[in-house]
Amino acid sequence: MAPSYDHDDHHSNAPPSSNLDTSGYDPNLVPDSVKSFVVHLYRHIREKNVYEIHQMYETSFHTLSDRLFKDTPWPSVDAIAPFVDNDHVFCLLYREMWFRHLYARMQPTLKQRVDSWDNYCSLFQVVLHGVVNMQLPNQWLWDMVDEFVYQFQSFCQYRAKMKSKTEQEIALLRQADQAWSVYGVLNYLQALVDKSSIIDILEREKEGLENFTADDGYDYNGGSNVLRVLGYFSMVGLLRVHCLLGDYHTGLKCMLPIDISQHGVYTTVIGSHITTIYHYGFANLMLRRYVVAIREFNKILLYIYKTKQYHQKSPQYEQILKKNEQMYALLAICLSLCPQTKLVEETVNSQLREKYGEKMSRMQRYDDEAFALYDELFSYACPKFITPSPPNFDEPLVNYNQDAYRLQLKLFLYEVKQQQLLSGVRTFLKVYSTISLGKLATYMEVDEATLRTILMTYKHKTHTVDAEGKIISNADIDFYIDDDMVHIVESKPPKRYGDYFMRQIAKLEGVMNDMDRIKLE
Amino acid sequence: MGKEIQKQPQPQQQQQQPATSYTVEQLVALNPYNPDILPDLENYVNEQVMTGSYSLDANLCLLRLYQFEPERMSIQIIARILIKALMAMPASDFSLCLFLIPERVQMEEQFKTLIVLSHYLETARFRQFWEEASKSRHILEAVPGFEEAVQSYAVHILSLTCQRVPRTVLAEAINIEGLALDKFLEQQVTECGWLLEKSSGKGQIIILPGNEFNHPELKKNTADSIQLEHITRIFPILG
Repeated sequence: MAPSYDHDDHHSNAPPSSNLDTSGYDPNLVPDSVKSFVVHLYRHIREKNVYEIHQMYETSFHTLSDRLFKDTPWPSVDAIAPFVDNDHVFCLLYREMWFRHLYARMQPTLKQRVDSWDNYCSLFQVVLHGVVNMQLPNQWLWDMVDEFVYQFQSFCQYRAKMKSKTEQEIALLRQADQAWSVYGVLNYLQALVDKSSIIDILEREKEGLENFTADDGYDYNGGSNVLRVLGYFSMVGLLRVHCLLGDYHTGLKCMLPIDISQHGVYTTVIGSHITTIYHYGFANLMLRRYVVAIREFNKILLYIYKTKQYHQKSPQYEQILKKNEQMYALLAICLSLCPQTKLVEETVNSQLREKYGEKMSRMQRYDDEAFALYDELFSYACPKFITPSPPNFDEPLVNYNQDAYRLQLKLFLYEVKQQQLLSGVRTFLKVYSTISLGKLATYMEVDEATLRTILMTYKHKTHTVDAEGKIISNADIDFYIDDDMVHIVESKPPKRYGDYFMRQIAKLEGVMNDMDRIKLE
Repeated sequence: MGKEIQKQPQPQQQQQQPATSYTVEQLVALNPYNPDILPDLENYVNEQVMTGSYSLDANLCLLRLYQFEPERMSIQIIARILIKALMAMPASDFSLCLFLIPERVQMEEQFKTLIVLSHYLETARFRQFWEEASKSRHILEAVPGFEEAVQSYAVHILSLTCQRVPRTVLAEAINIEGLALDKFLEQQVTECGWLLEKSSGKGQIIILPGNEFNHPELKKNTADSIQLEHITRIFPILG
């Protein structure tokens, strides 16, 4: 078990043992700056001033947190309610941020975890069944879904560590059995998808009947963007939950309405963009669709490389860097199993060599050390798998927080093992255009029958079945056997000029528009 | 900024409607996260076994519900799902199912056998596979059509790999010999375009039909095509 796995997925700045320091914290004390913050935020939300909301949400909230609430919670919702007309929805939003800040900087108690769940239920009920007319920034709506799934994952991890629970905690766990139940979480996400009709909206957009993507999800006709953008991000949330459960097939199915090859609302928020591609790529890796995973990791890593300087001040910066490193590790795994380096862009490739070049060459060897490296990289880069079922309280209490991870790791290494002879045969195929089975068998030090099974395994493992049941080749080097001769064909993927020209056409149009706008006196 | 309509049902409860008028496939599509459809899904597994049909989505949905409520798990149903998944090779359905089955359950004797069988199929070791399968009839015969499904997977792999293949190699892969093999070949010749060739001294050679995997020159160059809907995005510019 690699030690790197056990750290928390995000919110890494909370020291594990720091419990809520209640000594100097008065939940009813509202400093002037906080009062002014909630009053202004409330006003901007009422006036639907998305720009100002975004500023306050992204900047002021974090500045105030750093200055006044470094390791204490924000003032309680009851203390700020009088300044915002006791507005029910605003109070729910405030509490959502309140809990998010608490999770990020302190260790939530069980009671707080349960309260946060109740708050999400109330908030989503309002969105699903109430008439919400707010317009909120995409960043905020993404954070809601992201945090909802994160807190669910965190709860499952917490619950699975049964040995260290006090009797009080166990009693509360038994009593609050609905809090963060996997059915509740999945059904809320699904309800947001269904109720928002987002799948229809995206479908109609293809026919030019909607401008969801062109307007970045915002509603410029006086309506609200909240339900439909939450519904949209909930598809990403479902992908993530299913990956945490090891259900990669269903996870990818939930994402089908979003065309991952194109710009979309999910790319407008960096956190959402990264989460989407990370889980999409990971699921494809587990389904052995290495080429798909390599393509997507390559694209996002290049994007992060080019844009990360703009996020240096962002509260998500640390998380961006962490996922960046994890995706390089996943890319290293994909390329070790499926050496399609031509698919990787030069910048990404040189970063990869710098980080993992030496490990990757050792991973080619398929000895015990190589397996240890696959284990290490997988453990470092995999999602934080969860066991969704509650413990059996009547049996002796055991920790089961590692079970789900151990199972996924074991099955992954099993796959690696099945492919262990392929890199050997690949080296020989690379240097011949034809070779007899007998000769190749001698070189490989196996008999002819075994060689046939290795070659057939190569074919099977490099040809995956895609979502429509079509056979897709992932092979860099292909071959066929005619009686007892092996004929080798190196597949050269043709350069994809189409996308390139499309982008250039759009770019040129942009430049020409800019030029038209310039008025020469 | 919004008002709340009080006491609406929870989404979870909202989805619990009587199931009678829906097919199981519809239930899975409409209520993927509803524990009440578990018995329907279990019956559906048995139906798949009896009728020779198959639904990965429904079976994954059931395994998911077992994962959420392990106390409702049925070992017999899981065994059937796993055998059905093996029959779906070359698709990776078997691993998709294993990802959802707790490790302690995978320790059951019959599951260990199925995992070994899957390992042999994944690594194309057909001789070992058929040996092991013959020892495990009591597990496998619960699902009709198992042998045929594996045979067609073996033929699939051979067709990806070979243009011409010696009769003995084919015989070992599909576990058919002698007259039965002659009959099998005859059928493949008329139905699937196989050709038979007598080579001097080496016995019969079978010519498998060409496809883009055993005849790479047949590979269509589709890599540079662009979907129409992507082109439509630049129509306004081109217009």
